[in-house]
Amino acid sequence: MTATAKISVEKLRFFYGHTEALKGVSLAFEEKCVTALIGPSGCGKSTLLRVLNRMYSLYPDQRAEGTVRMGDYDVLDPALDAQVLRSKVGMVFQRPTPFPMSIYDNIAFGIKLYEKLAKSEISDRVENALRRAALWNEVSGKLNASGLSLSGGQQQRLCIARTIAVNPEVILLDEPCSALDPISTSKVEETIDELKSQYTIVIVTHNMQQAARVSDFTAFMYLGEVIEYGATDDIFTSPKDKRTRDYITGRFG
Amino acid sequence: MNTPLYRRRRLTNVVVTSLSVAAAAFGLLMLALVLWTLISKGVVGLRPSVFTEMTPPPGRAGGLLNPILGSLVITGLATAIGAPLGVLAGTYMAEYGRHNPLTTVIRFINDVLLSAPSIVIGLFVYEILVANQRHFSAWAGVFALAILVIPVVLRTTEDMLLLVPNELREAGVALGAPRWLVIRSIAYKAAFSGLMTGVLLAVARISGETAPLLFTALNNQFWSTNMNAPMATLPVTIFQFAGSPYAQWRELAWTGALLITLAVLALNVLARTLSSRQRKS
Repeated sequence: MTATAKISVEKLRFFYGHTEALKGVSLAFEEKCVTALIGPSGCGKSTLLRVLNRMYSLYPDQRAEGTVRMGDYDVLDPALDAQVLRSKVGMVFQRPTPFPMSIYDNIAFGIKLYEKLAKSEISDRVENALRRAALWNEVSGKLNASGLSLSGGQQQRLCIARTIAVNPEVILLDEPCSALDPISTSKVEETIDELKSQYTIVIVTHNMQQAARVSDFTAFMYLGEVIEYGATDDIFTSPKDKRTRDYITGRFG
Repeated sequence: MNTPLYRRRRLTNVVVTSLSVAAAAFGLLMLALVLWTLISKGVVGLRPSVFTEMTPPPGRAGGLLNPILGSLVITGLATAIGAPLGVLAGTYMAEYGRHNPLTTVIRFINDVLLSAPSIVIGLFVYEILVANQRHFSAWAGVFALAILVIPVVLRTTEDMLLLVPNELREAGVALGAPRWLVIRSIAYKAAFSGLMTGVLLAVARISGETAPLLFTALNNQFWSTNMNAPMATLPVTIFQFAGSPYAQWRELAWTGALLITLAVLALNVLARTLSSRQRKS
C-alpha cells in the first residue's frame, strides 16, 4: 500500500479550558485510505477529529496548538476561512443529524452553498450522492418525504450522502455506527468501503471489529497521545505496545 | 409485606393521593364554574347585532363592533412589533450569545419583566407617551401591549432554540454553511412550531389585558380607525359596562367576556396542537 499523506498533524496540543486533551499528537492520514482512530473513552479521538475541520472553533474555551497541514492549507491558521476548510473536509456525526426538511433538500442544502445550478443539475447531483451512499434504491420514490421519517441507518446514510454531495476531499466519521443496529452498520461499512477510492476517510470507532474491517491504517490513542500507529493488519495481529495489546484484546477500555 | 413499615407507607400513599386528587378536582371545579357562568350569561346576548353594531349609549341596544375591531387592531399591531423583537433577542441568547455573560443578565431582566404587573407597564407608557402627547391614543395601547409580548416570546424562543440539538447546528456548520444560514434554515425550522406556540401564547396573554390599556388606549364609544385617538377594546369595554347600572350594558359585557375567552381558548388549542406536532416530528 503506497500512499501519500493527505493530512499531516504535528505536535498538536489541544485544550478544553485548562484541561489538556491532546498532548503533542503527530500523525499522518494517507490519501484515499481509511484511517481508524481507536482508544478508550476520553483518549482524544473525537477531539483530534474535531480539529481537522476546526469544529472546535465554535466554542470559546477550546483551542489548539501545533501544525495541521492539508495540501496547501494550514488548518489551524485563522487566516484560512473555516467555511472553505469545511467545504473540503466533511463530517458525519455519532447520532444521525438529518435537517428538518425533505430528503431532497437535505442534500441540496449543501450543494446550494457552493454552486448556483439549474434545478435539473441539482436533481442529478442529489441522485448521484444518494446512489454513492447506497440509499437511492430505498428513497428514490419519496424524495419529498421528511428526512426525519427515515430509519436511523437510512438517516446516517443520508448524512453521508449530504457530505459527499459537496465534493469534499476528506470525510471525518465520528463513531458513525454507534447508534445503529448491525444491519444498518454493515450497510454503512459497505458505503465507506466504496467511498475510499475517492476520499480520504478518518473514522473514530469504539468497535474493534469495525476498525479491523473498514480501515487500512489504525492509530491507537491513550490519554491524549498516539501510542501506536501502523497498518491495521499489523496493529491487530502484532501490536508492539503492551497498552495497545491490552486494549484490543479487551483487557481495558 | 404486612409489617408496620409497609402499612405506614401504604397509608401515606393513600393520604397523599387523595390530597392531590382533591386539589386537582377543586381547580377543575373552579374552571368549570367560571366557564359555566360565562357561557350561561354570555350566550343570551350573542346575536348578530353584536358583530354589526357599535357600543350603545346607556339604556339602548347595540353591539360590540368597535371594541372587537379595536382589540384586533391593537393586539395585531402589538404582536407585529413585539414578536419579531422577542424572536431576535431570543435568537441572540440561544445562538450567538450562548456563552456570553450578557445573556445571563438579559435572561434575569427578562424574567423580571415577564412577571411585572401589567399595570406597571401601562403606567410606564402613560408616562412616556400619553403624558407627553397630552392625549390617549391607540398607539400608546399598542406599545404597552408590545412590551408585554416581548418577554413571553423571548423566553419561549430561547427555550425552543436551546432544545434544538447542538449536533444539528454542527452538522450545518460542518457542511461549510455560515452561522446565519444554519440559524435560519436549520435551527428555526427545527424549532418552528415551538416559536409559533410562543407567539400564540403571547397573543393569548395580551388579548385579555385591561390594566395597561386603561392608561393608554382608554376607550371610545364610537367607531374609530385613528391610531392617534383613543380606541375601544373588548377588555376595557367589559370593565366599563360590567360595573354599570344598565342591563343592556351588563349583558354586552358578558358577551364580550365570552368572546375573549373563546378567542383565548382557540389560541391555546392551536398552540397545543402545534407543540404536540413538534414533539412528534
